[in-house]
Amino acid sequence: MGLFDLFRSRPKNTAKLAKERLLIIVAQERGTEKGPDYLPLLKRELLEVIRKYVNVDPDAVMVNVQREGDQEVLELSVTLPDKE
Amino acid sequence: MGEIIVVTSGKGGVGKTTTSASLACGFAKRGKKTAVVDFDIGLRNLDLIMGCERRVVYDFVNVINGDCSLKQALIKDKRFDNLSVLAASQTKDKDALTQEGVAKVIDDLKAEFDIVICDSPAGIERGAFYAMYFADRAVVVVNPEVSSVRDSDRVLGIMSSKSRRAEQGQSPVKEHLLLTRYSPERVEKGDMMSVADVEEILGVKVIGVIPEAPEVLSASNSGVPVILDETADAGQAYADAVARLLGEDRPLRFTEPRRKGFFQRMFGG
Repeated sequence: MGLFDLFRSRPKNTAKLAKERLLIIVAQERGTEKGPDYLPLLKRELLEVIRKYVNVDPDAVMVNVQREGDQEVLELSVTLPDKE
Repeated sequence: MGEIIVVTSGKGGVGKTTTSASLACGFAKRGKKTAVVDFDIGLRNLDLIMGCERRVVYDFVNVINGDCSLKQALIKDKRFDNLSVLAASQTKDKDALTQEGVAKVIDDLKAEFDIVICDSPAGIERGAFYAMYFADRAVVVVNPEVSSVRDSDRVLGIMSSKSRRAEQGQSPVKEHLLLTRYSPERVEKGDMMSVADVEEILGVKVIGVIPEAPEVLSASNSGVPVILDETADAGQAYADAVARLLGEDRPLRFTEPRRKGFFQRMFGG
């Protein structure tokens, strides 16, 4: 860094941002790979239906399939936005 | 029986072929009888990086189709007599590789060589699948950049579920990361993810970190794998990676910024 660079504004720490984004997307993609094939589509359609009534983020809908003993449980959780 | 090592990445242009060529030369130099195979059918390039492009007579698909023997298709390296190259075919036929055909070639190579390096094409199509299917060990080449890291995770996922070892219930493929185009200065500034960041995201340890360096391009320009440039940081970093793959314990080098002198610091450059 030269003398004149000192007066320029420092860019944000983008590496940290990249890491945070990757941790989220990688966890999400690993999760979906284990579930049944219809899961991504199911999630997308559910999201569309929910969005007819409430404007939620794409990340707000979590769909998971879990095994409990010999039963499979479809778990669905929707985070609603804060009331303004 | 030899060990099969796949060099893969998912994303293109991260340095798979450069890495395959350097690892192959490195193993040969360390006395291992080594073969390096180009799986990028249709887009042959390993021969150029190895500097043997004018000596390709037969290729991988010729061997599979029985046009020649494996021995006839293997190109002996001019620098190391224990190193051979199997070139990719330039056919546009996507179905040129068959599972039985590849299996036969791999098994024959395994019987003959100590180390067989499979240079995977980019993507997760057929060529990439066969390159990783038979692997005992995987070197996933990754740039400290979002798309490369994400693609690496996909490839690691596919490998852990679809490889021959996974299908046959054997011990899993040994996974390693090889970080290329690493710039310690940019990491320090917060512009680039660090070795630790990439390791944490992917949950796999690095076997080598190759610094971004002009010698890498000069090496491919001249068809001499960069590992043979012993004065270059990148060459030494590849030599370290080979040593680690052979089980040696070597600390990472070239991962800290070079300290600049007083004048450089005051006036830039």
